[in-house]
Amino acid sequence: MQKSKLQIKNQNLTELTLTETLRALEEKQFSLEELNKNYLERIEKYNPQLNAYLHINQDNKKIPAAIKDVISTRGVPTTASSKVLQGYIPPYDSTVINRLLENGISIIGKTNCDEFAMGGSGENSAYGPTKNPWDINKVSGGSSSGSAVAVAADLCVFALGSDTGGSVRQPASFTGIVGLKPSYGRVSRYGLIAMASSLDQIGPMTKSVEDAALVLDWISGEDGYDSNCINSKFQITNNKLQQGVKGLTIGMPKEYFGVGLDPKVEKVIKDAIKKLEELGGETIEISLPHSQYALAAYYVIVPSEVSSNMARYDGIRFGKDRESIGQEVKRRIMLGTYSLSSGYWEDYYAKAAKVRALIKQDFEKAFANVDIIVGPVSPTVAWNLGEKMDDPLTMYLSDIYTISANLAGIPGLSVPCGSSDGLPVGLQILGKQWDEETILRVGYAYEQVTGWHNKKPKLDL
Amino acid sequence: MKLTKDKVRLGQDKVKHVAKLANLPLSSEEEEKYPEQLSKILEYVEQLNKVDTSNVEPTFNVSGQSNVVRVDKVGECLNQEEALSNAPKKENARLQTPERSDGGQGFFVTKGVFAE
Repeated sequence: MQKSKLQIKNQNLTELTLTETLRALEEKQFSLEELNKNYLERIEKYNPQLNAYLHINQDNKKIPAAIKDVISTRGVPTTASSKVLQGYIPPYDSTVINRLLENGISIIGKTNCDEFAMGGSGENSAYGPTKNPWDINKVSGGSSSGSAVAVAADLCVFALGSDTGGSVRQPASFTGIVGLKPSYGRVSRYGLIAMASSLDQIGPMTKSVEDAALVLDWISGEDGYDSNCINSKFQITNNKLQQGVKGLTIGMPKEYFGVGLDPKVEKVIKDAIKKLEELGGETIEISLPHSQYALAAYYVIVPSEVSSNMARYDGIRFGKDRESIGQEVKRRIMLGTYSLSSGYWEDYYAKAAKVRALIKQDFEKAFANVDIIVGPVSPTVAWNLGEKMDDPLTMYLSDIYTISANLAGIPGLSVPCGSSDGLPVGLQILGKQWDEETILRVGYAYEQVTGWHNKKPKLDL
Repeated sequence: MKLTKDKVRLGQDKVKHVAKLANLPLSSEEEEKYPEQLSKILEYVEQLNKVDTSNVEPTFNVSGQSNVVRVDKVGECLNQEEALSNAPKKENARLQTPERSDGGQGFFVTKGVFAE
């Protein structure tokens, strides 16, 4: 009898959120050794099919976190899911890693992603696609595919991802977990393999909103190695997190509910918004008139910055030569090199930067009247593996609701809010610049009354 | 100003030229595929022309930070061995570069920057 009791306890151990795990460890309900043993067993059982991890630390000692493979980890292979960095072992840790280590966290593994974080499905990895635990034939979303799946399938306590145009929020939405993109400048990018430097931000991917708040608290704050990183650390008390939705004004941009949004996803999102109204929020329709141009601006700015950042891969100081660069990365280097080349800069990059200014202004005007903005994370649920691989433009269109937040530098949260055809749907909550507190507070109130974040995929692989 | 210079934004010749600028080796399959794929994306982004930006200042950075400096203090840094640990080709603590045009061998010297 004693044995079966322990078994039940062990089974549940990996389902605990970070906050619950910390509490259980404090109460000595289990040891760090047991915790790691349980996670490693699950990884061994499920990772071969899900392909969430590229590297696993069998000897993990502290609270196990999964780290996207674009975040440099000292002594631990970091490939950015590219052949170019096969065998590369960073000689230093990213700032976010140092902050996690200081807080009793260690790295159980490095997670799969789209190559150099370029992609929205997880399929652009040189090491094979990550599979969605809710349906093995569907994409997991991307680019932080492995981090999302590691959290959704309980293969880690929490994970870090990076978000340049939705790469934390969209896979979080596709796998039914919580994903937070902080304001640009909230978290140091030191050690993050750069994709588009004016947009990249590292963010938590977690089993609850409370966890996302805690991880942001750990990783945020001034860093002499990233001059865009502001000197005010994010901190939130339980009182503030639990303040509820009452009295908040919620904006619904009409542009986020138009053509292209799957009607079934729309219904799930509208139901979620109704729930926020029941909780005391007041909704009003707003307009973000330039959002229709966000994707075009994004796909000028990103390739341009990509082509510049990717110039460092010369195969001389580290990494392999440029022959090893994958398809999507090559496409973006080509587009960026073209749009930055002599005679085109004004027409492309400078023009896109002006449209970016207008998109930012749209949000500033909207936030004069509302506290948060809500809508879908993605126009659809996860699609079939392979479906959009040869049509880059269609693939890009699935980022339509997430990229504006990166262009404007504001924070965005994806919170599980139901499902369509058995696949998870995420509610996106956008906040004012530096106001992660309010979006987390709303996300927290929502998950307390709905409990969607507790739903787990059935893993009968 | 109008973005479009010609109907096909990136023909095969242009693709090869841009690849050369980017020092990017392309396969013949990529040279085939890219003109259409890339032109389609460029055509899509040209809708930016519809936006009147005549009185708009460009936004390149959204953090609001400028002229940020940190205390100029000597701290820990990578030693020579660590700095060279991922170099594919090295000799006497120097990074070996591709052959020079005159056939000689080039090196990047790291001594002075990383010397212990």
